[in-house]
Amino acid sequence: MATIDQTHTGALASETANIGANQNSNSLQRQQRLWGWIFLSPWLIGFVIFTAAPIIASFIFTFTQFNLSDGSITFIGLDNWRTLVSDPLTITSLGVTFKFALVAIPFWLIVPILIASLLNSKSVKGKPLLRTLFYLPYIVPAVSAIFIWQSVLNTQAGWINRILRLLGVQDPPAWLQNESWILIAFMIIGLWGIGNAMLTTLATMQGVPTELYEAAEVDGAGPLTRWRKITLPMISPVIFYNLVLLSIGVMNYFVVPYIVSRGTGQPGQSAYFFNMHLYKTAFAYGNMGYGATLAWVIFGICLLITVVLFATSRRWVYYSSGD
Amino acid sequence: MAAAANQSKAVNTAPFYSHQLRKFGIISILTLFAFMLVFLFLLPFANMALISVKTTDQITEGATGVIWPMEPITYTYDGDGDGDQDTYDLYIVPMPDGSTRQLALVQPGRQSSQFLDPSNPEAGLIAWEGNWRGLSRVTELHPHFENFQTAWDMLDFPKVFRNTLIIALTGMIGTLLSSICVAYAFARFPIPGKNIWFIILIGTIILPSQVTLIPTYAFFAKIGWTGTWLPLIVPHFFANAFNVFLLRQFFMTLPRELDEAAMIDGAGPFKVLTSVIIPQSWAAIIAVAMFHIIFAWNDYFNPLIYLLGQPDLLPISVAVQQFNFQYGPRPELVQATSLMAMVLPLVLFLFAQKVFMRGVVITGVEK
Repeated sequence: MATIDQTHTGALASETANIGANQNSNSLQRQQRLWGWIFLSPWLIGFVIFTAAPIIASFIFTFTQFNLSDGSITFIGLDNWRTLVSDPLTITSLGVTFKFALVAIPFWLIVPILIASLLNSKSVKGKPLLRTLFYLPYIVPAVSAIFIWQSVLNTQAGWINRILRLLGVQDPPAWLQNESWILIAFMIIGLWGIGNAMLTTLATMQGVPTELYEAAEVDGAGPLTRWRKITLPMISPVIFYNLVLLSIGVMNYFVVPYIVSRGTGQPGQSAYFFNMHLYKTAFAYGNMGYGATLAWVIFGICLLITVVLFATSRRWVYYSSGD
Repeated sequence: MAAAANQSKAVNTAPFYSHQLRKFGIISILTLFAFMLVFLFLLPFANMALISVKTTDQITEGATGVIWPMEPITYTYDGDGDGDQDTYDLYIVPMPDGSTRQLALVQPGRQSSQFLDPSNPEAGLIAWEGNWRGLSRVTELHPHFENFQTAWDMLDFPKVFRNTLIIALTGMIGTLLSSICVAYAFARFPIPGKNIWFIILIGTIILPSQVTLIPTYAFFAKIGWTGTWLPLIVPHFFANAFNVFLLRQFFMTLPRELDEAAMIDGAGPFKVLTSVIIPQSWAAIIAVAMFHIIFAWNDYFNPLIYLLGQPDLLPISVAVQQFNFQYGPRPELVQATSLMAMVLPLVLFLFAQKVFMRGVVITGVEK
């Protein structure tokens, strides 16, 4: 974020300098501004219609009983918020979502870093091909990926369990039917989407000045030390960015559990994610008022996560001041 | 003497050789490891491909079934001499002398059976002692590529493909037109509060879409757009943070001198955009176009809610999911449709991977 500000003020300063040199600076600048607003207007209008107004509207909806089928809206004060606290499905689905965050985010964060480190190594040949191949599954549409993985994770004929049996595992898990394995199975499915994180991490690693490594080598630092003391701090902004996106992604997690459990959240309620609760409330039962309340819970949690992450980022995210 | 000579030779050359050897060893091991890893990572593709050309029966064999699409083969011959051709199953038969032969089962029996040698049928029946049920069939590789045709017809793939293409391409035009204009505004014009607008724009990336979902849905329902493609297309005519960011970063690298030269020649801001900025920015524009097509191909949630009850309008994501829920007991069709659904995005990506990956890097790294 810091870089944006800097380049911006730079651009602004040169712009004003350019224009200041002009004789008709005032009218030209006014004209330039007008054009600026004109070109900006698609986003400004869209922002008002599709972002700002809906955020406010959904907050107002939380105080209403709003049924879409007959269009009736009645104000019910804080009833939705009271329901929220006593709704057992809210507690369950929040629990599932948080549990999944703990299971999945570490893997989704660390695996791309490890693969990027491998691909950044001087001792690996065929890097462009490897990079493309590791990226490839990211392009696969989610629906396809889910059906592919359902087959691979099949208890009987699935390849994972065939391999596990070959390795001597007597009773390999029923990944997608077992409450204690399903979140791990979702995490594994999600590993197919590490392409973006891997690519951005790798690009950042390749941008680390080689002098840093050379200097460290002269000082006697081994490969692991160099990785820990140079690579890791230098890629920390990307790690931070990925962590923010992952946290919000988990709060919005929907397609995989919805398709795998056929919309039920089964086995038990182990795959009943918060966002599925929202979908069912708003679109299956048509209870838009309470649905908006659940949406605001997601919004609030995401806001909280972002604020906490940004607040702690000063301690562990390294922003080079050079650019 | 010899030992001493050896030693001195070793002292002279060993450091060089062993260093080279060690380096070569590390390269081989790490490269091998990386390729094994990527092989495992991509193994599900092979699983999908193999299942998609099997028959339902082969798949339901479960844990004991072979992974290849193997089909038992038969032998056709007039075995009983009645003038009609008869079909016999081929078995792998262990012979008393310890060898095994591939024989056609003519007369099954509990204690002994009569076989025929397909390579020498004139020799007549061969009696074999033992229970034929314990024998295994002779199989050959036989991929059922017609599964794709079946899935294609059952899903009405041309219709689904057309729906997805219309949604993706019109949305793509919308996001290109709007994002280019907005990026141009951010890259070149002195707008009051530009920094703040830009931070708000970037902030929308981390805004969970759920918080705007219900009012947006209610709005589209109110104006009668639910059950049409419009909610999947029209919002893209109002720019998107990722695309604006990518294009703006690209535009900022373009030298201003060319803009100024065009302006001196009397070009207005629109003319500068279309004749100076855009011709220099094809790499970024193609990347944005591809991002959108792949997004639209993949988008599941929006068509799910907006096209409820409109089976004829469904794009590929929801259509494939609904088809596969209906035909779950036929896993070969499930895998065949999954494969067909990913072909276009994968081909697009492979053709333009350089432009695409650079776009990913710009949007992912520079923030």
